Amino acid sequence: MIWDLHCHLAGVPGSTPDERMAQLVEFADRMGIDRLCVYMGMNWSHQPKPEDFRKQNDEVLQALSRWHHRAFGFVYVNPNFARESLDEINRCVADGPMVGVKLWVAAKAHVAELDPIIERAHELKAIIFQHTWWKSVGLLPGESTPLDIAALAKRHPHVPLICGHTGGDWERGIRAIRRHSNVSVDLAGFDPTAGVTEMAVRELGAERVLYGSDAAGRSFSSQLAKVLGADLPEAAKKLILGENLKRMLTPILRAKGIQL
Amino acid sequence: MAHGVTQAWAGSFDGLLHKDLSSVNSRLAEDCRRFGKTLLLPFGSINPMLPDWEEDLRRCHEQFKMRGIRLHPNYHGYKLSEPFFEKLLRAASERNLLVQIVVSMEDRRTQPALFAVEPVDVLPLGKIVSVIPGLKLQLLNALLLVRGQPLLSTLAAGNVAVEIATLEGAGGVAALLKTVPSEKLLFGSYAPFFIFESAILKLKESALSKAQLEAITSANARRLLSDK
Repeated sequence: MIWDLHCHLAGVPGSTPDERMAQLVEFADRMGIDRLCVYMGMNWSHQPKPEDFRKQNDEVLQALSRWHHRAFGFVYVNPNFARESLDEINRCVADGPMVGVKLWVAAKAHVAELDPIIERAHELKAIIFQHTWWKSVGLLPGESTPLDIAALAKRHPHVPLICGHTGGDWERGIRAIRRHSNVSVDLAGFDPTAGVTEMAVRELGAERVLYGSDAAGRSFSSQLAKVLGADLPEAAKKLILGENLKRMLTPILRAKGIQL
Repeated sequence: MAHGVTQAWAGSFDGLLHKDLSSVNSRLAEDCRRFGKTLLLPFGSINPMLPDWEEDLRRCHEQFKMRGIRLHPNYHGYKLSEPFFEKLLRAASERNLLVQIVVSMEDRRTQPALFAVEPVDVLPLGKIVSVIPGLKLQLLNALLLVRGQPLLSTLAAGNVAVEIATLEGAGGVAALLKTVPSEKLLFGSYAPFFIFESAILKLKESALSKAQLEAITSANARRLLSDK
């Protein structure tokens, strides 16, 4: 069982969400991936206004419409528009089919503006994904490092959080969130450098490591290889490839009456 | 042979920073012989910024019996527009050595701040390659950084190929083959820095014909090495 935590509609051939979703599923089929988590629309902006993130979420809803048996959606919001973000979470998760919240680079993860979003998502049992990168070339103004999500995790110790990209610079990223047992790492979206998954399992335990691809910007192959090529027991690989994500999603899937 | 690999062209990470390259290349040749038998083919490092690099080249060819050399212009500190670079390519071509140019060793974003190395600018290659008869050239770790027209014009300039280790994007190989002829594409893994499975799985992710697979996994490499 392989569940991919991290997929996008951007960078996929096709002019509509439906065409792009069909293309993603075709690649997933070739690679033996059973389920895809999809978030953000066909065109991105670093600081989306409410009408923009609503449009992007509409595109994801459209993409999901024929693929609920294969894909899940996360709602994309901007903490700098708190009221509108909460409304959007209600529209897409409480009243819609989405099961997670995606936070990108609009605001750093440590800021207080995230708190109502985290609390509402947790009430709904939605899983929370925060992009992080640790770049020697400099960050975008609102871009988070794993230290920012560590600060967020400290304020919300009972809320499961996902540290996107393991911070890219994974040797730093894993250290930054190691002490926070409510934070899991996403293996997606950085080069398939040897040793990443072994270090993550050694330092965090396999239960806190999640496979994701960041397709279509990344290939499914390069990211799957981080798990399939790792020197780890098969039981650990199974957790990382899908069982952990399924466990994290089970509460909201049950709440929505979704049978697996 | 793991994953069906029957030949692997190997360089040495020591070639990035060591100045006694003859020692580096000697160890590489010996390690390939001792541990790789017929599997590993050594590609010696040449640094044209070092005095008398010509002797390193001669030893690679005549003493260590290498079929090709590996260049790191960004780590060694020169541009491809430098006159001595063309001289090096000519000298390699006269010996029928395949020349590998490594565009990048690591994502620029994750490099240590005190040791930041920009990727190689390959734009000057097109003009140089076209005036050196018989030159055989391969770009390594190029496809995340060199795309579109700069890639196409470089590949079209002569007997130039590129490998897939850093190729990204869903269905990346098939997408690339829409613009790049299959005879220009080689299988490359960048192991052991990259996880080997990354490259091999890319051949599964894209729907490729038997002929395309054969070209990418062996036929192109065999031809490139044996061309005269």
